Amino acid sequence: MPLLEITNLVTEFDTDEGRVRAVDQLSFTAEQGETLGIVGESGCGKSVTALSIMRLLPQPMGQIVSGSIVFQGRDLTQLPLSEMQKIRGNQISMVFQEPMTALNPVHTIGKQIAEALLIHNDFDVGTAIRKSIDMLDRVGIPSPDIRMGEYPHQLSGGMRQRVVIAMALACKPSLLIADEPTTALDVTIQAQILELLKDLQSEMGMSVILITHDLGVIAETCQQVVVMYAGRVAEKGTVFDVFDNPSHPYTRGLLASIPTLETQPKSKLSVIEGMVPGLMDLPPGCRFENRCPHSIDACRLSVPQIETIENQHEVSCARWQDI
Amino acid sequence: MTDSPILEIRDLKMHFPVKEGILLRTNKYNKAVDGVSLSIMPGETLGLVGESGCGKSTLGRCITRLYDPISGSIFFEGQDITRLKGRALLPFRKHIQMIFQDPMESLNSRHTVGEILEEPFIVQKIGDRNSRQKRVLELLDIVGLPSRSAVRYPFEFSGGQRQRIGIARSIALKPKLIICDEPVSALDVSIQSQILNLLIDLQKEFNLSYLFIAHDLAVVKHISDRIVIMYLGKVVESAEGETVYRQPRHPYTKSLIAAIPIPDPHRKVERQIITGDVPSPIDPPSGCSFHPRCPIVTDRCKHEAPQLRSIQDNQFVSCHEA
Repeated sequence: MPLLEITNLVTEFDTDEGRVRAVDQLSFTAEQGETLGIVGESGCGKSVTALSIMRLLPQPMGQIVSGSIVFQGRDLTQLPLSEMQKIRGNQISMVFQEPMTALNPVHTIGKQIAEALLIHNDFDVGTAIRKSIDMLDRVGIPSPDIRMGEYPHQLSGGMRQRVVIAMALACKPSLLIADEPTTALDVTIQAQILELLKDLQSEMGMSVILITHDLGVIAETCQQVVVMYAGRVAEKGTVFDVFDNPSHPYTRGLLASIPTLETQPKSKLSVIEGMVPGLMDLPPGCRFENRCPHSIDACRLSVPQIETIENQHEVSCARWQDI
Repeated sequence: MTDSPILEIRDLKMHFPVKEGILLRTNKYNKAVDGVSLSIMPGETLGLVGESGCGKSTLGRCITRLYDPISGSIFFEGQDITRLKGRALLPFRKHIQMIFQDPMESLNSRHTVGEILEEPFIVQKIGDRNSRQKRVLELLDIVGLPSRSAVRYPFEFSGGQRQRIGIARSIALKPKLIICDEPVSALDVSIQSQILNLLIDLQKEFNLSYLFIAHDLAVVKHISDRIVIMYLGKVVESAEGETVYRQPRHPYTKSLIAAIPIPDPHRKVERQIITGDVPSPIDPPSGCSFHPRCPIVTDRCKHEAPQLRSIQDNQFVSCHEA
């Protein structure tokens, strides 16, 4: 049984202009001990997916309309909030992009880590503090006992993200959702944090869902990848499936448009023309149709089905065999 | 390309006072830019790379004279503009323009795009109303926006389109040098390549020089002829793009290259990750400021700051051990 199985998830938001569907018929599974990457551009629904799993959608605007999120045999969409609170921070934790907003500026770091431990366990305060110091040590914070008494603003961005990771992992969750955990960090610090996440994952045997816009980060850290576009899955499979044999025109376009150190300087980068359609006026058929170099009339009219290429490699493009 | 640089900077320093205590006395300085020299040739793109706080944006703002550097000099086409003020600066403002990271913040949200693009001409007293408006439409066309954009407001556009507006404004007065400060880092991948292509096209068409400031070495290498790597207010290495990538000499450059995630799952090399954070420019380490993080540090590095020296053609490194 997979650790997490999402089936046909639909998440909608009520806005001033009407109801928008941020996530549409999303399905994927995350296996025990694996890292699954969700990649896509702004507004593709990757963060809303994370918030749906955590049941942290902004209320009352955000709602899971249909579909199921089965975690360790239980459907999270059906759980009462009190049950969900026992899971959050305990079995499923989350790391956010901007560590300064994820940490409370008026509490010491120690207090914030110990709080998670005290809520979910029967520890006394002394044990919680000892375990918090251990956790800070594990995420590579020098002199953790001194840092315990410091406030978030006294730390650098990289150190803060380490604290957030320590907090998230304090209760040894079986699933960690990391939403752009390194986007706000410098590249040398990003490398440190990704390495740390990898080490802790193999040490603790947890699964990780890594949300990012950076295909490089996906290639280096994930086993499975889900490519999202305008709320839907465009393509999914193992990293080797998706990077070696990208089958959706969007995945191909993304991979081709990244400048690397190998590309010829000042050469024309290939581009995906146009831009992502707004969630308010989505086309009825394939959502990538207006930017797709291979689109035909049928793409405009009907929603493409998810088709299996081989094994777990799936694509949502009616023309994947022709292009 | 002619032999004389369009821009030359010599030993430029920009220190910001740090006010502390209840009396707000200045005892310390943030040495954001601490003795930088570089030059840009006509039609050339010079890439400037470094992590947050290395002084790359401050340097860009000194060149456009948004900041007044405390020492050193800036020569534009051979003329010293370091100390020019007010009206004397106006002709140079026309030739040196800037593109910012976040076009939402750098475009006036209460003006239409047409008004935003017309403003440079009004400031410089160029043309009459009709000719200015004709030029606005030309500019929109050059950056690939429809002419109806002129009557709309910045918030009606996506991030990529707003950056096109920012670019249109920067090229309005036919400048010779554009300082691009992280122009694509706020954009999505598929939009980023559109903007990079546009910048490359504009350079060819108008023979522009760019100072391209960014933290992403892959992006910088793509657009640049030469690259300068900064660390804590100082240049640590400079060379042609290909040389920086193939034969980096400074350990910091090497670690920057090693840290870039590559979109290829087959590449499973054990890379050397440098430890620690960038130190504060207020209180930089003694000797070589990179020494606390350096994998090849020696005793000498802790006491003696290395000077930028020539290694081979056009490659300069500031490291005792390189």
